[in-house]
Amino acid sequence: MDWHRIRADFPILDQKVNGHPLVYLDNAASSQKPRTVIQTLSHYYERDNANVHRALHELSNRATEAFEAARKKAAHFIGAASEDEIIFTRGTTEGINLVANTWGTQNLRTGDVILITGMEHHSNIVPWQLLAQRTGATLKYIPVLDDGTLDSAAIETLLTEQVKLFAFVHVSNSLGTINPAKELIAKAKALGVVTMLDGAQSAGHMPIDVRDLGCDFFAFSGHKMCGPTGIGVLYGRMALLETMPPWHGGGEMILSVSMESSTYKAPPHRFEAGTPDISGVIALGAAIDYLQAIGLENIQRHDHNLANYAMQRMGEVPGIRILGPQSGHRGALVAFHLDFAHPHDLVEFANSHGVAMRGGHHCTQPLMKRFKVPGTTRASFYFYNTIEEINRLVEVLLLARMFFT
Amino acid sequence: MLSDDLRDLYQQVILDHSRNPRNHGELSPPCLHAHGDNPSCGDEIDVWVRVSDNGHIDDLKFTGQGCAISQASASMMTQKIKGKSKDEAAAVREDFRRVVMGDGSPADEDSLGELILLEGVQKFPQRVKCAMLAWRALEQALESK
Ligand SMILES: Cc1ncc(COP(=O)(O)O)c(C=O)c1O
Repeated sequence: MDWHRIRADFPILDQKVNGHPLVYLDNAASSQKPRTVIQTLSHYYERDNANVHRALHELSNRATEAFEAARKKAAHFIGAASEDEIIFTRGTTEGINLVANTWGTQNLRTGDVILITGMEHHSNIVPWQLLAQRTGATLKYIPVLDDGTLDSAAIETLLTEQVKLFAFVHVSNSLGTINPAKELIAKAKALGVVTMLDGAQSAGHMPIDVRDLGCDFFAFSGHKMCGPTGIGVLYGRMALLETMPPWHGGGEMILSVSMESSTYKAPPHRFEAGTPDISGVIALGAAIDYLQAIGLENIQRHDHNLANYAMQRMGEVPGIRILGPQSGHRGALVAFHLDFAHPHDLVEFANSHGVAMRGGHHCTQPLMKRFKVPGTTRASFYFYNTIEEINRLVEVLLLARMFFT
Repeated sequence: MLSDDLRDLYQQVILDHSRNPRNHGELSPPCLHAHGDNPSCGDEIDVWVRVSDNGHIDDLKFTGQGCAISQASASMMTQKIKGKSKDEAAAVREDFRRVVMGDGSPADEDSLGELILLEGVQKFPQRVKCAMLAWRALEQALESK
């Protein structure tokens, strides 16, 4: 793979920040967009813009066709059995909330258990807390071990038949841990537990096959995998989607409406009320095409090489504590704490050297408490990042050490 | 090369206060107390104040964790405010707020003393809330009863 040529597909990367070449290492928060995605957006607005599913004129036909073609692409991208299992959402957060408010409200009762883990993003905690409050169900957490993996002994005792739903993060945005999703889902399925994966950090970084994983629901965000912001996907197994009540009511999701009541469309349209983010969906389709042309296996391998190299080089910085797995078997991010600088001071310092990172709790406050750090600094990579950029990061960390001590 | 803005933000005195905070610790009752935090970045501070019957701030201390700016601001605040009346404290707080916000009015160096060194925050609008954290907690503590 010619990764340097691929990097040139991202116009934004070619700029200076504070007088230094931009080194963008905040990909776990949001990735950059290749030219083809940006062009798809502007092409849509310049040539095809119209509402979908509503009119019979040429532009609406084009928009509808491109919109539904993107649904097929998304289905293929994650190995869904049918494009009807693909619901377009605003992102991972909305996908999780949709499941909590439809399937969750319908199926959970007092005494039921919702099982999640101690390494969840707030978006995979709060919707379940709200659901538990509404239904009287109990929320339980699988503890995280010091090495950033899940406590497998605790899983054995916590994953029981009382559990109605087991939702967990595929790749942790704060630790880089890659959870053994297939294995955990198999355990849950054997007990009849419904499963949901938070794929925000795995989609676009590795091949995803929801049927092989065996999960009932899988949510991801377009903006973390070269797509625009404001668009994401919720996959749901059809057997479940069919039984679920709608969440938002409005246009597009109904068969007929009378003054007394309405009947609803089949999935996925039942869950897509109102005019959707049409340009976002179509551009997400372009992002998927782009990623698949590079190859998800290639991206995964490159991610892995970057993470491995970063682990080695960053380990050289005196006073560093890297959270999560100490091996290179991790997602493409390294979160760390330095004994000589608070994350915000470090991020400010790095920014003045053109290096973009994120410092703070990364929307995982319970996890920060667990590891007794107020927050961490996170360098997160994507396939357009280079070994030279990691070298630059290490150089800046060493400069920060001189500056702050 | 380091930018001048960054050097201004992190002057030696500021880094020294953040590494060796003055008046660090808790006061035992009777005293006023308030907790402050910046939820978006996780900085936290606790301020304890002992006010005499005639409204003088006889002692104040703080504990907390956070960035160099929030910790240095807290440390300098305790030094500056100790011995002042509540009204004087409010006036210093207002001067300080104007300086870090960079609202253009000339800074009152006599009133602020060392705190003037945090002027560099002006260039980093996202850090204003770090600089103000301890001051918000102090205000809350003084209002609590
Ligand atoms: C693991 C994880 N889950 C969920 C989310 C939420 O994604 P979004 O904000 O796109 O809905 C994120 C992104 O911040 C994440 O990293």
